[in-house]
Amino acid sequence: MTKDYLFEIGTEEMPAHVVSRSVKQLADRTKAFLQENGLKFKDIKTFSTPRRLTILVEDLAEKQDDIDEIKKGPAKKIALDQDKNWTKAAQGFVRGQNMSTDDIYFQELKGTEYAYVHVKKEGKKASDILLGMSEVVKAMTFPTKMRWDSHDFEFVRPIHWLVSLFGSEVIPVKILNITAGRKTEGHRFLGDSVVLANSADYEDALKNQFVIVDENKRKEMIVDQMNELVKEHGWQIKPDSNLLEEVTNLVEYPTVFAGSFAKEYLEMPQEVLITSMKDNQRYFEVYDQNGKLINHFISVRNGNKNYLENVISGNEKVLVARLDDAQFFYDEDRKYPLGHFVNKLKDVSFHDKIGSMAEKMNRVQIIGNYLAKRWQLDEQIVQDFDRASVLYKFDLVTQMVGEFAELQGIMGMHYAKLAGEKDDVAIAIKEHYMPTTAEGELPQTTVGALLSVADKLDTIITFFAVGMIPSSSNDPYALRRYAYGIVRILLEQKWSLPFKQVLPELVSALEGQTPAKLPKTEEKDQEIAAFIRDRIKQYLQKNNYKYDIVDAVLASSQQDPIQILSAANVLQLHHDDEQFKPVVESLIRIKNILKKAKYQGKNEVQPELFADSSEEELYAGVNSLAEITNLTDLYDGFVKLQPVIDLYFEANMIMDKDEKVKNNRLNQLSAVARLADNLGDLSKLVIK
Amino acid sequence: MAKNKLTIQDMIFKLEEFWSSKGCMVMPSYDVEKGAGTMSPYTFLRAVGPEPWAACYVEPSRRPADGRYGDNPNRLFQHHQFQVVIKPAPLDIQQYYLDSLKVLGINALEHDIRFVEDNWENPSMGCAGVGWEVWLDGMEVSQFTYFQTVGELDVKPTMSEITYGVERLASYIQDVNSVFDLEWGNGVLYRDIFKEAEYENSKYAFEESNQEDLLKFFEVYEKTANELIGLNLVQPAYDYILKCSQTFNLLDARGAVSVTERAGYLARIRNLAHKVAVCFVEEREKRGFPLLKSAESKKAGLEND
Repeated sequence: MTKDYLFEIGTEEMPAHVVSRSVKQLADRTKAFLQENGLKFKDIKTFSTPRRLTILVEDLAEKQDDIDEIKKGPAKKIALDQDKNWTKAAQGFVRGQNMSTDDIYFQELKGTEYAYVHVKKEGKKASDILLGMSEVVKAMTFPTKMRWDSHDFEFVRPIHWLVSLFGSEVIPVKILNITAGRKTEGHRFLGDSVVLANSADYEDALKNQFVIVDENKRKEMIVDQMNELVKEHGWQIKPDSNLLEEVTNLVEYPTVFAGSFAKEYLEMPQEVLITSMKDNQRYFEVYDQNGKLINHFISVRNGNKNYLENVISGNEKVLVARLDDAQFFYDEDRKYPLGHFVNKLKDVSFHDKIGSMAEKMNRVQIIGNYLAKRWQLDEQIVQDFDRASVLYKFDLVTQMVGEFAELQGIMGMHYAKLAGEKDDVAIAIKEHYMPTTAEGELPQTTVGALLSVADKLDTIITFFAVGMIPSSSNDPYALRRYAYGIVRILLEQKWSLPFKQVLPELVSALEGQTPAKLPKTEEKDQEIAAFIRDRIKQYLQKNNYKYDIVDAVLASSQQDPIQILSAANVLQLHHDDEQFKPVVESLIRIKNILKKAKYQGKNEVQPELFADSSEEELYAGVNSLAEITNLTDLYDGFVKLQPVIDLYFEANMIMDKDEKVKNNRLNQLSAVARLADNLGDLSKLVIK
Repeated sequence: MAKNKLTIQDMIFKLEEFWSSKGCMVMPSYDVEKGAGTMSPYTFLRAVGPEPWAACYVEPSRRPADGRYGDNPNRLFQHHQFQVVIKPAPLDIQQYYLDSLKVLGINALEHDIRFVEDNWENPSMGCAGVGWEVWLDGMEVSQFTYFQTVGELDVKPTMSEITYGVERLASYIQDVNSVFDLEWGNGVLYRDIFKEAEYENSKYAFEESNQEDLLKFFEVYEKTANELIGLNLVQPAYDYILKCSQTFNLLDARGAVSVTERAGYLARIRNLAHKVAVCFVEEREKRGFPLLKSAESKKAGLEND
């Protein structure tokens, strides 16, 4: 026999972002709890609102299965000692079955007598086991927990009631001084408490009390009402699943409404309006049919349509006050030339152990110029970069960014444009923050990409220099994200940057420019190179390269992300070719021989020492490969070279008695190995 | 709404009467300048230790960096908070709060009232709590917190703190767009009382304050507070900590504190706050936690009746 089990935790308003994942956690923990206790069930449904986390266990067995089994224990001669007393082995056996030695009987199996017990146990009742739900609740975790009253127990918010119904039977689960019953609470303002006769009544009974307990249904109601409004007015809104989920979990009974504001505010940059509406007020911004932002917004009330006009006018008033503030800042900021703000940056700290923003900008200019030279960027790009680099943090001291920090870079772009700066300069100011998340959008302009790489490199170099190096669990300044951003930009722009070589050059270029307290970073160069290498690994893993290929390309001495990616592409492309195995094996063989010979020489091969035509052939083949710069061609070259290598091994004894010949041959193999290293440490490849 | 709109002082009377009926003592504002109602000894000190406490009061709250010379309709050097603290926090405290809004003429059924997550922290006083900002038709009108630590001590039993933004709420009730248009009481407007003070305080904080003097004040206040803590003189020590805090805020508004120094000053104030909190609990313990005893005897008395 089965029944549905309903369990509801009623709380004060939980943070919107924890609701969905907490009810999932409750379901997962309950599932594990029921399985551990051998209670069968069909499925667990979840319901949740800001004030409740609820699970409905469908078709839960009324009791555990009965046990009726014969258990075999140790052999008789082990179960009994010489004096016919029970041994520890026998005692342990029965203890494991919750029985006593009196229950043991012996029976023969294939000529040996063994101890047996007959275990017969009636399954425990679900109604007893379910009392343990209190432990399930106590084990729950949250990003922030709190104590209340005089309890030591912590939960996301104070618990006010518990419902625990197995069919129609109350299971009196107890948490602190609350005992579960059949009474639940309706909407805080519109509803009353309800007594549930049966677990099946839950959803409908609460709907009558203005609580839509199913998160998806609540979301659907919001979407439907929004679509209706949008259709009625000929508007458009942009889907925003995060905001939708948040507003869904801020209400128990949603009613969508629209408000408006004076058109004059639309003269401000639209990001200002969107931030005010979306981030501060959780409103959806509204567009016309042409995709232009207009002076309306859409929001969701936690309640019904009664007195909706109050709610609308109140919300309009709040938004207008915010827009007024923004307008004030916008007007104030535009009274000053950009230089006014730039001058203040010497008093703005980048980090107290490193120095000011102005100092950072100086360094970034030097780094950017170094990079531009390395990448042979156009003179125009360099000029625009130089201009952007003396301006680009200025908006941090504008009033607008002081108030709306999330608009950093964006306001810089707008103000720079208004001040008559070139578009590329203005856009670079915005784009230097990109990507703002690991997989976020990359800068679209070359100047923006250059500024972004230079800015991030400076941050990493200076933080490492003063010893603020991220640990595996702690990266408060998001240096990993910056490094990952650098890797992504380099790959997208096809900018080559062999870190080990570049870092010391950069550090010496910065010498004298950086504040005296900034230690020289030479000893940190290797750490930084390794740090960035780990981000290349992250990139390859994220983009589904085979793990052995990732290991192989990162184990090479190659430093340039572009080259590493290119090697990974070649290996991934040919991994399943028929020739892949023989080619790789022949190259690994060479590496192994060099390793065994402990040979590290890199001398020129001397053709006059050749004794066999196969040596001539390999020599010619290797020389032709040495000129290849493209790794795809290099791989193809190795495919052609493979029979030559095999022949070479057949025809020649590498470890010749003549030291000169031996070294010449090792030099030849070493030349092949160095070429192969461009593809990675091939011995890491898993070859089937 | 205009007909029977509440003046600010009507609002305060009603809130005082309401919370008094819920067992709160109506306390006067505490007479040392401070940045928030939380810093009143009626909240900060009473939050620590095992003794029960219930109080409400209006607290002028000075935020030098928020000064706008009286030019901005919603930003003030000094605003007012109506503060309610109850320990242990009653289980129905949210409902009490909603009832208090009703007393002010705000019926939940005619508005949209939300409890939106906002976990409060005051690192300079070693305080942290869990709670919400309360939205009234999209406007934040109150801060609602369950204190978890104060002066780096666990708050146990937990204290609830409700802070009404007096000007915010009054602007809503009186339906004005500028705080300066609010009616304080008996026909006198907010501007007539506070506008000049806003200008003068802003002028002082941003232009005329003497940084060197302020730095000296800070040192002296800190030294005095430390000496007084050494003598177990909790109240005067706490007064000097408040002065340290306010002096720091003035320095900060002037832009005289670099980021490095900032962390250092905050740590110095936090250190004092922790010491005075510990000292307060010790002193109360020496006296046998009088409020705990009186609560117990009250309870026992009720049971014997």
